[in-house]
Amino acid sequence: MSNEWPLWEVFIRGQHGLNHRHVGSLHAPDAEMAVNNARDVYTRRNEGVSIWVVKSSDITASAPSEKGPLFDPSNSKVYRHPTFFEIPDEVGHM
Amino acid sequence: MYAQMVKTDAARVRSLDEMDPVERAFQERVDAGQKIEPKEWMPEGYRKTLVRQISQHAHSEIVGQLPEGNWITRAPTLERKAILLAKVQDEAGHGLYLYCAAETLGVSRDEMYEQLHSGKAKYSSIFNYPTLTWADIGAIGWLVDGAAIMNQVPLQRCSYGPYSRAMIRICKEESFHQRQGYDALMRMVKGTPAQKAMVQDALNRWWWPSLMMFGPSDDASVHSAQSMAWRIKQNSNDELRQKFVDQTVPQAKYLGLTVPDPDLKWNEEKGGYDFGEPDWEEFFNVIAGNGPCNAERLNARKKAWDDGAWFRDGLTAHANKMADRRTASKIAAE
Repeated sequence: MSNEWPLWEVFIRGQHGLNHRHVGSLHAPDAEMAVNNARDVYTRRNEGVSIWVVKSSDITASAPSEKGPLFDPSNSKVYRHPTFFEIPDEVGHM
Repeated sequence: MYAQMVKTDAARVRSLDEMDPVERAFQERVDAGQKIEPKEWMPEGYRKTLVRQISQHAHSEIVGQLPEGNWITRAPTLERKAILLAKVQDEAGHGLYLYCAAETLGVSRDEMYEQLHSGKAKYSSIFNYPTLTWADIGAIGWLVDGAAIMNQVPLQRCSYGPYSRAMIRICKEESFHQRQGYDALMRMVKGTPAQKAMVQDALNRWWWPSLMMFGPSDDASVHSAQSMAWRIKQNSNDELRQKFVDQTVPQAKYLGLTVPDPDLKWNEEKGGYDFGEPDWEEFFNVIAGNGPCNAERLNARKKAWDDGAWFRDGLTAHANKMADRRTASKIAAE
């Protein structure tokens, strides 16, 4: 059989309270084996408290070439940042 | 260096003026220290060179398990055995990080295995030497992993994002490898004269092959120049070799060992050691497949892959059966 195992993306929660973070990918025949393999490949030194795996083919990504049209609309909205507004010192911490 | 003499397809390095606008924009991003990510445009030569280098690097990690695996069952204590097992397991992990990085460039895992098993793809020359005594295991950690670190630390800054990130993970783990090797040798040189002699013998046999890991001088190589322009390579082979010698000679002295190079001499003016030239004929011979263990290593890899086929197929069959059952029970519930 020359069927290559599907590729899985691995996400690890490093500590309680933090987000899961993408750490890499691996091949496995199914989700359960992907979690087992992820433990051996990506958490040999206590790197995590929780593992997510998701088939790479199930991920939809934005195209790098559309970076401009996708993110430009937020660039002009500087008032979204609190530093846009000047608050007098007398007002105190805000 | 785990990747040696990687070709780039370049006849010469072209200047920005000679590039079309798309390639120029790419080169300017690389020059600015930006990372290139998998789906972004890249020159075909850049992609191919990375596939060659990363897969060669991955193959080296995987084949590199074999000389050390040779001593797992014969480690002198249970603790040393557990340490060596963990170290060899790390090498498997490093191979996997790197295969994944290469796969982002459009080459499949099976294709890369095929290239290794057919002899089309290379792995580092160093793993074609035998591990004759326990001291060899210490020497590999100290010298071979030491040389690998020299090469891998700058590779963390490589322009290709997935390779750079794999190198960052690997470098975090690599220091353990070098230290466990040196630690084993520190213990041995304090042992009987026969044990100390065994360490000296290991150094005698591993010194020159370790220097060869960096590859021949590449100051005149167009491939190295192109790789440097693409920031796939950061330092010349001679630079890294010099750094390795300067770092390692004092460590050998601490162990009370003699480096097997009559030309080795401190050069006050350059602030580094002068040293002799490795036997490049031997190097090219090993690269060509005629080293002491080339056939053995490749056969062991092929055997592991072939003997594991029924197990891989079994896991796939099980995964398919479970998927079918889930579909069936879903339909039944509807």
